[in-house]
Amino acid sequence: MPKMTAAQYKTKIEPVWCPGCGDFGVLNALCNALSVKEVDPKNLVFASGIGCSGRLPPYVQAYGFHTVHGRVLPISTGIKVANPDLTVVAVGGDGDAFAIGGGHIPHMSRRNPSVVYIVMDNGTYGLTKGQASPTGPLGMKTGASPYGTIEPPLNPIAMALAYDISFVARAYSGKNKELEALILKALNHRGFSFIDVISPCITYYNTYKQLPPLLAPVPDTHDVKDRVKAFELALKEDKIYLGLFYQNERPTFEERIRSVVDQSEASGIPRLDEIFLDFA
Amino acid sequence: MSDFLFRFGGEGGEGVISTGELFTTACARSGLEIYTFRSYPAEIKGGHAMIQVRVADSNVLLSRGDRADVLVAFNKESYDRHYKELKDGGVLVFDNTDFLPDDDTRTLKYPIPFNKIAMEEIGVRLTKNMVSLGALSELFGVPQDKFKELIREKFSKKGEAVLEKNFQALAAGAKYVRENLKKEDKIRVEPTGRQPRLVLSGNEALSLGAIAAGLKVYAGYPITPASTILEFLAKELPKVGGVVIQTEDEIAALGTVLGASFAGKKAMTATSGPGFSLMIEMLGLAVMAELPAVIVNAQRAGPSTGMPTKMEQADLMMAIYAGHGEAPRVVLGLTSVEDCFYGMIRAFNIAETYQTPVVVLTDQGLAQREASITKPDVTGIEVLERRKPTVEELANYERFRITPDNVSPMSVPGMPDGFYSATGIEHTEAGALNYEPANHNKMIAKRANKLQGVLKLPWIVKTYGLEKPEVAVIGWGSGEGVIREAVDKANKAGFKVGALHPKILWPFPAEIINKYLAQGVKRVIVPELNYSGQFASLLKQHLTNGNRSIDVVPMAKAGGIPWTPDEIVAEIKEASKIHA
Repeated sequence: MPKMTAAQYKTKIEPVWCPGCGDFGVLNALCNALSVKEVDPKNLVFASGIGCSGRLPPYVQAYGFHTVHGRVLPISTGIKVANPDLTVVAVGGDGDAFAIGGGHIPHMSRRNPSVVYIVMDNGTYGLTKGQASPTGPLGMKTGASPYGTIEPPLNPIAMALAYDISFVARAYSGKNKELEALILKALNHRGFSFIDVISPCITYYNTYKQLPPLLAPVPDTHDVKDRVKAFELALKEDKIYLGLFYQNERPTFEERIRSVVDQSEASGIPRLDEIFLDFA
Repeated sequence: MSDFLFRFGGEGGEGVISTGELFTTACARSGLEIYTFRSYPAEIKGGHAMIQVRVADSNVLLSRGDRADVLVAFNKESYDRHYKELKDGGVLVFDNTDFLPDDDTRTLKYPIPFNKIAMEEIGVRLTKNMVSLGALSELFGVPQDKFKELIREKFSKKGEAVLEKNFQALAAGAKYVRENLKKEDKIRVEPTGRQPRLVLSGNEALSLGAIAAGLKVYAGYPITPASTILEFLAKELPKVGGVVIQTEDEIAALGTVLGASFAGKKAMTATSGPGFSLMIEMLGLAVMAELPAVIVNAQRAGPSTGMPTKMEQADLMMAIYAGHGEAPRVVLGLTSVEDCFYGMIRAFNIAETYQTPVVVLTDQGLAQREASITKPDVTGIEVLERRKPTVEELANYERFRITPDNVSPMSVPGMPDGFYSATGIEHTEAGALNYEPANHNKMIAKRANKLQGVLKLPWIVKTYGLEKPEVAVIGWGSGEGVIREAVDKANKAGFKVGALHPKILWPFPAEIINKYLAQGVKRVIVPELNYSGQFASLLKQHLTNGNRSIDVVPMAKAGGIPWTPDEIVAEIKEASKIHA
């Protein structure tokens, strides 16, 4: 395959996102990383849930599956197990990932298929006009919480670490080079990788001004194999660390499936006739 | 010709079901036809458990039968519950160390102290089950060797000592009968000398059918009575290079299936009512994205948790209509253990050919009962694949292009130039999101019309009995065998009755049913296991003008157990009286 530029990974479809939306940064970083990694588009699948960020798949030169709200992970698992040669990238927002779809994350971690999951996290439900999401701050005033929300936000990195996801990272859509580097690492990771990308909503919850002073890179000295230390970084209240928190390669779902097939002495030849003998 | 029904009852968890199963397999290995029916509590231990097996020497068995010829009662409760369903002149075999029956002359009574023999002669209480099998073998002619063979297969891992105890128990039961009882009945189930029959449960036959159809990815969540499909496939599917995934819930199960189907593999899930309820949003996605998928719903009594171990046919409307918007899908009803095998092949062929979810309805009764079947000839099976785009079609690829039959060529990831995004949002023929009324109108019609081809398939209904009947019996799903047997009985008694049994439930086979009814049918009986008469109301909806005067009589019951032939015969007699 001839090398494709980042621009060639973009289709001609104009994104629906508001000008200034953080998701443009994610799309750019993705296409840059795909170009560097030279992923063959015919073997590339983007799956997504529902929300502004869920609209991303057709913007990339790839196969796409824009699914239903909160279910991108099981669908991505199905795609990957059906054809382990595919590069599967799951995308969605924080409502999709942590509210309606939150129950799938621990099981995705247990299975550990090689799927890259990019959550465009903006603390709000942009597509339904600005209600608070599970990562919106306590007291956030919205149409659905006129007196302020009464549920504190969850911490996606701490949650991912608790679930022992084999690749846990956080990025900011405004820091495109760093985001691209993390996506590239995730694409090279064997197993499930999770990147929480802070990707502000310019229309309903604009954090472009308040965020930058809080952002800091994960210290160079951090050992990405040290899960306890990663927790400490994730729980810091005065700083939002960006970078790779944790990486622990272990057997992937596709590998374990392969070994089950081998154990069952699959010959590749249908042996239905032999199975019948068990019932004689 | 012999045809006898044996019923076993006792305390749940005490091995009553396994005893019945061993008896069943021993009969099948003796070349006899079998048909089982069971009822057990939802609890793992305790409660009352019952298994019955109908055994015949030649004819294929169509139903669980009517009253029992032999009742094996391990305790008082099973005597109390089942004695009235023992035929006059039937045989009661009972454990007289547990209870004594009433003193009547309606039946023959063989007291055998199962417990006492097990405790005193063998020293292991649970060998009472083997004592009973030894006794039955002596009483009714099933060779003891067949039981020994089965015991060896079942318990060989537990060591020689355990095997020996079981063999001793078997011999002790037989010896007790020889020395203490005088056989006064004529019930014999002796080997036929024919080839042993395959004994499969509905769920096993269904799973084998799926494998034969080319299933490669199965995803499911444990639920009674569908779990045995998950377990069966977990063992067998890897042998043909397939994958089984136990997901975190039913939503994920169908999600995984749709992902796998999108990526080009044949995929299915199986569940029961509560799980099917959870899958409905995904079902709509499968319709919208035109993805092949097979979804088995082993119906159980509902609503909500309902009665997990009891059968019902009450998910018909749900299977056909559930979901928001208009989401046409195909619904098939499996009719017998053998049909579970072939029905699944048809389900996959339809799913692939029409790029549609296919809901396959079975039920607790069919899922768990065993029957003897002839070994399918796997070389003669027709397996169909989805329509792939040609090179020309890929040059300007439109995933949802409207074709003469409304089925579009479907690319899969890995194919050069087949790029598209599958989506739950309304889209154009090219797959671009689109909210225009004209486009929606066009695409919704495409998705509905493409399924009409299904109604041209040659096997969509079966007919039995009189070709031009006055009274017609139209049931669906697992009612086929019992209806057929009832119609046969009624025909022999001179009643002008016939039966039509649809295997496709949706799209509704209205044309073929109306044609059948227009031959002079005056009354239709619709036996189905639900309260409201779901199929009956669909049938009424679809009657053409000339047929509107026909009485459609729902014969609906929601008790949790299947019909007996005599219940249906009685209804046929009643209907015939009205028109006489």
